[in-house]
Amino acid sequence: MEFKDYYAVLGVHSTASQDEVKRAYRKLARKYHPDLTKDPHGESRFKAVAEAYEALNDAPKRALFDAAAKRHKEGKQYGAAADQFNATGSGAWQGFSGAHDGMGNGSDMDHSDFFASLFGQAARASAGSGGKSGSRFSGQTERAKDGAGEDQHASIRIDVEDAYLGGHRQLTLSYPHQRGQAPPARQIDVNIPKGIRAGQHLRLAGQGNPGWGNGPAGDLYLEIEFAPNVRFRVDGRDVHIDLPVSPWEAALGATVPVVTPDGNFQLSVPANSVAGRKLRMKGKGIPNSVASQAPGDFYATLRVSMPPSDTHAHQDAYRHMAEAFSDFNPRAALES
Amino acid sequence: MFMNDGTSTWMQAEVVESQVHFTLTQLSRACGVEDVEITVLVDEGVVNPSDSNRMFFDAGALSRARIALRLLNDLELNAHAAALVMDLLDEIDEMRGELTHLRARAEVKC
Repeated sequence: MEFKDYYAVLGVHSTASQDEVKRAYRKLARKYHPDLTKDPHGESRFKAVAEAYEALNDAPKRALFDAAAKRHKEGKQYGAAADQFNATGSGAWQGFSGAHDGMGNGSDMDHSDFFASLFGQAARASAGSGGKSGSRFSGQTERAKDGAGEDQHASIRIDVEDAYLGGHRQLTLSYPHQRGQAPPARQIDVNIPKGIRAGQHLRLAGQGNPGWGNGPAGDLYLEIEFAPNVRFRVDGRDVHIDLPVSPWEAALGATVPVVTPDGNFQLSVPANSVAGRKLRMKGKGIPNSVASQAPGDFYATLRVSMPPSDTHAHQDAYRHMAEAFSDFNPRAALES
Repeated sequence: MFMNDGTSTWMQAEVVESQVHFTLTQLSRACGVEDVEITVLVDEGVVNPSDSNRMFFDAGALSRARIALRLLNDLELNAHAAALVMDLLDEIDEMRGELTHLRARAEVKC
């Protein structure tokens, strides 16, 4: 397992004071927090920074890490100290490990294997969800009475096609469990309703953490994300594609085939079109989950694709074009 | 709401945004916090109840409350600062939307 230098992650020296550690964390957290940045790597960077802070902001954990770092530097196995920490937390509950393709919303962080091996599962449980939502599971006394299980959150990635047609996803859920025991896992198939959009949530009643005593289980909330798609871009309910056309199709007009998640259509490209022109197919975007309300639209943005001039005949054709358009200056806007 | 075919369980999910309204306690549970923490967000105007008795919330409150709570915890902000960040994020979203709209109009004119 790869050793993680938490000081390097925060960009501080190993002799940094707690205040310096805190300042470094806050600065990096503001930069990479997934709610604040559009950086696609922000979330993973934030998780690394938050994990480093969690390790270094707590004196006992920092001492354990320092000892492990010293052993690592000397070429010894750094994980030996883990048992020492585990002994203080035996019997703690492990945090919810989530539905398939990733938990991953800010403080619902999952720790690295390195963190888990160094500090043990006890640390995972105590800090699993920002330190607050995990607290109901942390005390034996609270578990002794009836209580409702916690609601849980995860994200689920679907394809644009699922939003058009509806679909289903199979999830594997695992629940809090005693250390040393295999996590109880369960598979469920979730119907993805037609018309769902990115950012919306599905609620699965009773699929969160189990209650204790006679308490009911919590609910599971799944936030919808769309998987990146090379063909379609989604903006709310509207769906966009780039539609390549030949210069003569753009100039003279044509009927061209368009593939949408809703099927194949013939789209009429008006004569005298230019690159970048947007053509709208009204109502062919993502359907509305409320049948009486309007669906989104489908937009095709024309991209004029130049044919190669790799034969004499092709080159002659371009020469004829040049003669026919002798007064055309594509750089006129730059010269004015 | 669900049936078992022997290997896995089929779940019928509710779309929160179109089907669910929360009470204060349900919203707190969904966010994994005590009621008082949601009340603080209400006082700061981060989430707005849908009734005058401040007892019910529409589904949009779930996303907003969860973002605000993440900001509170992860950036070690107080509620007032988190509310300010939420306002600025709303403004950025609005401006991004306007920029996208203006760019689309400019492309159509080309």
